[in-house]
Amino acid sequence: MATEPENLEHLVNRRYEHGFVTDIATESLPPGLDENVVRAISARKKEPEFMLEWRLQAYRQWLEMREPEWAHVHYPKIDYNDISYFAAPKSDDDRPKSLDEVDPKLLETYDKLGIPLHERARLAGVAVDAVFDSVSVATTFKKKLSEAGVIFCSFSEAVLEHPELVRKYLGSVVPRRDNFFAALNSAVFSDGSFVYIPKGVRCPMELSTYFRINAANTGQFERTLIIADEGSHVSYLEGCTAPMRDENQLHAAVVELVALKDAEIKYSTVQNWYPGDENGVGGIYNFVTKRGDCRGANSKISWTQVETGSAITWKYPSCLLRGDNSVGEFYSVAVANNMQQADTGTKMIHIGKDTSSTIVSKGISAGRAENAYRGLVRVMPQAHGARNHTQCDSLLIGKQCGAHTFPYMEIRNPTAKVEHEATTSKISADQLFYCRQRGISEEDAVNMIVNGFCKEVFKELPMEFAVEAQALLNVSLEGAVG
Amino acid sequence: MLDIKDLKSRIGESEILRGLSLAVKKGEVHAIMGPNGSGKSTLAQVVAGHEDYEVTGGTVDYNGQDLLELSPEERAREGIFLGFQYPVEIPGVNNAYLLKAAVNAKRKHQGLDEIDAFEFLKLAREKMALLGMDPKFLNRGVNEGFSGGEKKRNEILQMAMLEPKLAILDETDSGLDIDALKAVAEGVNALRDPERAIILVTHYQRLLDYVEPDYVHVLSHGKIVRSGDKTLALELEERGYDWLREAATG
Ligand SMILES: Nc1ncnc2c1ncn2[C@@H]1O[C@H](COP(=O)(O)OP(=O)(O)OP(=O)(O)O)[C@@H](O)[C@H]1O
Ligand SMILES: [Mg+2]
Repeated sequence: MATEPENLEHLVNRRYEHGFVTDIATESLPPGLDENVVRAISARKKEPEFMLEWRLQAYRQWLEMREPEWAHVHYPKIDYNDISYFAAPKSDDDRPKSLDEVDPKLLETYDKLGIPLHERARLAGVAVDAVFDSVSVATTFKKKLSEAGVIFCSFSEAVLEHPELVRKYLGSVVPRRDNFFAALNSAVFSDGSFVYIPKGVRCPMELSTYFRINAANTGQFERTLIIADEGSHVSYLEGCTAPMRDENQLHAAVVELVALKDAEIKYSTVQNWYPGDENGVGGIYNFVTKRGDCRGANSKISWTQVETGSAITWKYPSCLLRGDNSVGEFYSVAVANNMQQADTGTKMIHIGKDTSSTIVSKGISAGRAENAYRGLVRVMPQAHGARNHTQCDSLLIGKQCGAHTFPYMEIRNPTAKVEHEATTSKISADQLFYCRQRGISEEDAVNMIVNGFCKEVFKELPMEFAVEAQALLNVSLEGAVG
Repeated sequence: MLDIKDLKSRIGESEILRGLSLAVKKGEVHAIMGPNGSGKSTLAQVVAGHEDYEVTGGTVDYNGQDLLELSPEERAREGIFLGFQYPVEIPGVNNAYLLKAAVNAKRKHQGLDEIDAFEFLKLAREKMALLGMDPKFLNRGVNEGFSGGEKKRNEILQMAMLEPKLAILDETDSGLDIDALKAVAEGVNALRDPERAIILVTHYQRLLDYVEPDYVHVLSHGKIVRSGDKTLALELEERGYDWLREAATG
């Protein structure tokens, strides 16, 4: 679609129609993408010039890139001009006024997941003033953090309040032109989280998007940047076990982590995007670029993720192990049921001396789903004494699903020690009968076996998250057998 | 307690049980013997409710209920326990966890509260000591990497914890060393009770030396061809099955 000059004019005019300060941010942009749209997004966020420039360059780079085709997933072609790149937050008038107005099926799921009552309203998108608690909880939370000197805010806020940090670190881990989706995100990103932990500070609590005010509607192009300064430590929780529906089918987030000398970042994700119905209709396409940079010596970045949602997931949280002695970890459970397709994995790039990485990937496929693990371990010539251990297990439930493993290893230093183990197992009828003969229902038996299979990953999650993740897995695999 | 009448069952194309009848009363111990492939395990699986075996005829009454109507888990909760001839491995699932889930499934069915974790461990350790099992088996995967004999002891442990009304032990004595055999036999004898019934599927007199059966049956070609008291087992040990097989087919 060509850029039409009226378009910009139209956008500009609309500004004045609604007044600059109050209403601008509540108007969605019409579908389509061109430079004017990028400018409009930046303007609506009142971004400084450097940010706009950055977006524009990303946009120009994106135009020259092609969508990747190598992932083990299939989906209809996405028309990027059919997407609206600035979605305004829903007004309270469009939201349910109370839980009574929320789809009972959704509430039933919350119940199964054990989500506390007071959180359900917020999750179901009930109008804000009907949601008690969460605002005040968030306020106390913020106070504690600021006492420790921790910055935790929305990305938009960071661009305005901490431009020097954003400027210094944004794109320093995932460059704009890293890949097609990262470039697109860089041009049009909506919002996301920003975290800065000052030198020597151990963040006093787990940071969760749940507590971030303004977290609602960060939209389909989320951008997250976490910086752990020297000797600091932070644990960050992303996502939530509640099923997330979204009118936007395409999600292309970028997450960048920077760990300086002696710093540690633990990033845990539990994601439950709507996977679509049994035929995969209406599910989310999730194309995410997540990368951590162990920039300083002795730094550590650990990714833990439990993924159950999305029609299509394409995601490889990675670690650049630059600092000597730095450590990268990746623990993952990916569940694919019905028609879901997941292509996930990680990349561990060993650059510094005596760097080590651990990969534990657990893939579960049920129904007619396809689950692929794709992992790269690269040891650069200068990375003396690098070590990697990869454990990659697949569990199949039923006969129609598939599991695929694509390990890539590029070892360019002879001192490297790299180990790879892979297993594929099935939940057998005999195992289920054995459990049932002991009085355990088939569903409980499946859950028990699946949870046993995922144990190594669950134990990496913060306690409460682990419990929720377990419940989530059980719900996701409901009806997977028989 | 268990009344099987003219039971016929098939798996795939082949008919395996061909009109089998057997009545077991409370307090009794029955031994079922018979040549390889005669249908002993099939009988055990059908009573436990394995869905691969299609029941094509006959009835099974269990304490006044139509057993064939119940799902495997309902049968288990109603007190039927099967000690498998080949216990399956379930890697990753903690042995204690499965055991506790099983105990609780039954308690729930009986309208009781879940067993307290502390009490559960205490009980399990007690039973394991009786069976000469190292408590470390609780923390291993279910049967994962267990030796043949260890698997069998684990079955007896489960039985001891679940206190079934009707226990069917399918060759639990096979592959056991002398000490294990004694331990298993003691486990079975400990469960002997006027309110319970036990069916032992076995090939050897050895076990029956320790656990004296009230009745011995010989299964051949999917039918019980001879029943008697404990002396029948001794006779079989001496004469083999041929004389009975001729009697059955001839
Ligand atoms: N899944 C199956 N598919 C086909 N045939 C089967 C199956 N299971 C059992 N059979 C057949 O049924 C017959 C009876 O088997 P069963 O296991 O009941 O014998 P058994 O009396 O327990 O023998 P053993 O003393 O060797 O344990 C055998 O001929 C066996 O091959
Ligand atoms: Mg057998």
